[in-house]
Amino acid sequence: MTIFPLLAIALPFVAAFAGLLLSRWPHRRPASTAGPVTGSGANARAAWIAVVPTAAAAVLALWLAWEPGFAFLEGARPGPAVGRTYGTIGTGAIPISLTLQADDLSAILGVLVTLVALAVQVYSVGYLHDDPRYPSYSAFISLFTSAMLLVVYAGDLLVLYVGWEIMGLCSYLLIGHWWEDKGNSRAAIKAFLVTRLGDVGFLFGIFVLGAAAGSFRIADVLAKVPEMSTGTLVAATMLLLAGVAGKSAQVPLHTWLPDAMAGPTPISALIHAATMVAAGIFIVARLFPAFQGARPTLDVLAVLAALGMLGAALAALAQDDLKRVLAYSTISQLSYMAGGLAAGSDSAAIFHLLTHGAFKALLFLCAGAVIHHVGSNLMTQMGGLRRELPVTFVTMTVGFAALAGLPPASGFFSKDELLLAMDHALSGGGLTDAAALLLYGCALATVAVTGAYATRAWLRTFFGAARVVALPEPEPGTAHVIDVREAPRTMLVPIVLLTVPALLLGLAGGLHVDLGVAAIGVVLALLGAGVVYAFWRSDPLADPARLLGPLRVPCEQAFYVDGVYSALFVRPVLALARLVVRTDDVVVDGAVRGSGRSARGLSGLLRLAQNGNVQLYVSGVLAGVLLIVVGAVVFT
Amino acid sequence: MHIVYPAVVSALLFSVGIYGVLARRNTILVLMSVELMLNAVNLNLVAFDVWLGDRLHSGQVLTLFIIVIAAAEVGLGLAIVLALYRNRRTVDIDQLRDLAESDTSGDPAEPAASGGPADLGTSGDPADPSTSDDPASPPARRLGEPAVAGDSAATAQPVRRGGAL
Amino acid sequence: MTEAVPSYLSPTGQEIVFLLLGAVAVGSALLVVTTRQLVHAALWLVVSFGALAGGYLVLTAEFVAWVQVLIYVGAVVVLLLFGIMLTRAPIGRSADLDSGNRWVAAVVAAATAAVLVTMVIDGFRTAYTPLRPGSGAAKELGASVFSTWVLPFEALSVLLLAALIGAIVLSRTDIPGGSPPEQTGGS
Repeated sequence: MTIFPLLAIALPFVAAFAGLLLSRWPHRRPASTAGPVTGSGANARAAWIAVVPTAAAAVLALWLAWEPGFAFLEGARPGPAVGRTYGTIGTGAIPISLTLQADDLSAILGVLVTLVALAVQVYSVGYLHDDPRYPSYSAFISLFTSAMLLVVYAGDLLVLYVGWEIMGLCSYLLIGHWWEDKGNSRAAIKAFLVTRLGDVGFLFGIFVLGAAAGSFRIADVLAKVPEMSTGTLVAATMLLLAGVAGKSAQVPLHTWLPDAMAGPTPISALIHAATMVAAGIFIVARLFPAFQGARPTLDVLAVLAALGMLGAALAALAQDDLKRVLAYSTISQLSYMAGGLAAGSDSAAIFHLLTHGAFKALLFLCAGAVIHHVGSNLMTQMGGLRRELPVTFVTMTVGFAALAGLPPASGFFSKDELLLAMDHALSGGGLTDAAALLLYGCALATVAVTGAYATRAWLRTFFGAARVVALPEPEPGTAHVIDVREAPRTMLVPIVLLTVPALLLGLAGGLHVDLGVAAIGVVLALLGAGVVYAFWRSDPLADPARLLGPLRVPCEQAFYVDGVYSALFVRPVLALARLVVRTDDVVVDGAVRGSGRSARGLSGLLRLAQNGNVQLYVSGVLAGVLLIVVGAVVFT
Repeated sequence: MHIVYPAVVSALLFSVGIYGVLARRNTILVLMSVELMLNAVNLNLVAFDVWLGDRLHSGQVLTLFIIVIAAAEVGLGLAIVLALYRNRRTVDIDQLRDLAESDTSGDPAEPAASGGPADLGTSGDPADPSTSDDPASPPARRLGEPAVAGDSAATAQPVRRGGAL
Repeated sequence: MTEAVPSYLSPTGQEIVFLLLGAVAVGSALLVVTTRQLVHAALWLVVSFGALAGGYLVLTAEFVAWVQVLIYVGAVVVLLLFGIMLTRAPIGRSADLDSGNRWVAAVVAAATAAVLVTMVIDGFRTAYTPLRPGSGAAKELGASVFSTWVLPFEALSVLLLAALIGAIVLSRTDIPGGSPPEQTGGS
């Protein structure tokens, strides 16, 4: 069993390269296969290469998680980690140990990652069944899964960092899958750069921790935490927080996530539910003792989470693009988890991460089915879909219920635990009073807003009059097939299967329901939902977002954060780049060209002597000889 | 006999030869100046042979050798001058400027390809004030024109033969 | 050469004759390089060579003097005259026998003369030898050439032959592969 983590990581990794290299081999001549050049054979082969290893990895992860089960969520004492060290890399100072292990935390997250990845892989078979680049797409998903599993199972901080960076690369590759559209590739570059910005801090945070502990092994680092000074811990955790904010799309580095909707919808599901954004929360939970030792960091985390959850929820309420609604809701929910971590409950945060992974994957896959059906991302072009897409309607209803935190869906239980943790923090946790108050207040307000935007999206998608307008030419960023029927089976099966955990996963936490907090949460959510329903009833064709009044435009623009960043960072950097280019052109190249030109000019002067007149040459030679003779006579 | 006398005479003769080589335009005059320089050397050799009383007469024998070599040199030099004249229709040394890179560089075959009468126009290099500022027409042109008919017939002969080969 | 050096202020007759001949040689050489008529230059060259031959005679090198007259005056100058004819040089005065390089040439030549004369006078002020006739006679010179110098002499004859052939090849236009005019500069 000690080799299972390695196998779980290696299987998708090998599958990635096999999918890239083997899916088009043996190469078939285009003439023999009708239709696109790649043919469906390559896609089918790539699908098998992608799905089977992911399924095997899921089985391995389940096996690993069988014994500990949900022990982490129960708050039980951590059991022994299963894993092995595969050698160390000497660096001259602190060695890097190649350790892969599965403890309680890793085990349940491994299950989440592999199952969501498997669902996404199966779903993608139908979603992109005639995409010519499907083989590379599925291979990148495999690589993505492998990298996330490496993060989850890593026993050493630098090994973890390797997976962390590969995820950044894969997100870039997958968000830019339809790179023919300039906007998509820009979104990919933006995601890459913003997360890179956080990764710099993350890497240095690792260095600070490793240097303070004398080892990069996570177990050693955590064992040394009580001996570290507060200053070291604050510095390290603040730096780590930058990476967490980048990967988990927290304020102020959240701007890449809504733009990342340019990628195919299954990719959004993967990024939002299982891989990228989960990594940030996971790393905080993984190093939670270090964070608990650094109070200022927890305060910062609490404030960022409070701002993020409410702001993102309001932004989600005003979006018209279904995927962007889900994107902002992801930011909001991740801020919930960050808030739970700040409030001191890592088990609640991880619990919510699990349930969120399940229902957000479900929501995205359902949204993909809807978009696949309608041919557009915009909710103004949807409506009345509950008759055309009954299966999707039911499953997505479950997803929205879980998102809004309504019982008995899973989100209710996990959100309840988070609220409970924040409530406890108010009465004496690790946070300062102001931060705890802000966090709890924002969390309660966000519950109401979450109910509102979930209801709005649900109503505008599935109810009302059918407004399906088939676009004549599907835009990049949308599915390439418009179909009046329900989605194909490969898409429906993962959706239906994901509904089960989305609905029932909440029971795994052990039903620690605090009735008071739960009642407040449910009432607030229903209040938000009711307000939206009332607005919708009054005019089913109009957008219920109008209830925001004058706040609507700022919310739709996500409070102009992108514009502010553009003014503060992008434009100065671009101006600087232009300045550098001009300096390079004028000064550096100018110096080079100038030296060339001056050399030509000077040599032009010399050329005047070289006019081909032999007598002049001989005169020069003789004059030189005379000078030498005179010099020799005079100076000797 | 003071040896200074022949030595000074030979030095002056040599300098006159240098002036002739450097200043004269006609190649045959340049050859004459070279002869003057050689004779200056001869005088030196004879004078020092007499002064040293060499039993082997090496100075006078070398003088004889130099006279022989000078004869051979004049013969070869004149042959070269004649070949030059056939090609360029001029023996003026300051019009033979193929050593200099022309501004329309990159075509080394150009000066040779335009040999013959056509070269007269281009070889009168505008960069050279001594030829272009001269009010009298260049001698080459004046010389070349009456000779074109006869010499082109003479030069056309080997070309045809070369083509037959 | 070990005798006491006689004064320069009382020249012997030989010296006076030699100086006169030298003056004629240098003067006619100057005319060669300054005259404006090509044929005159050749004729002044004859005068210069003749004066030099006289100088050789005074210096007791009689065989060299006769060879000078025979070869230079008789052969070389005639060759040069043929060259002048064959290149259709103008007979009579021509204004442009000097190139634009004249002043540079004058400066260089004057500097050469100054340096050489200074050094020669400085170096051989005390050199003196009495002239004894007979040392440059044909018999003694012939004995020397055909005993000591016979090998260079033979080599020289080969060189002369080569020069002869070369001159023929250069000047004849009907020798295939020799020097076709159109190809000399082209390749």
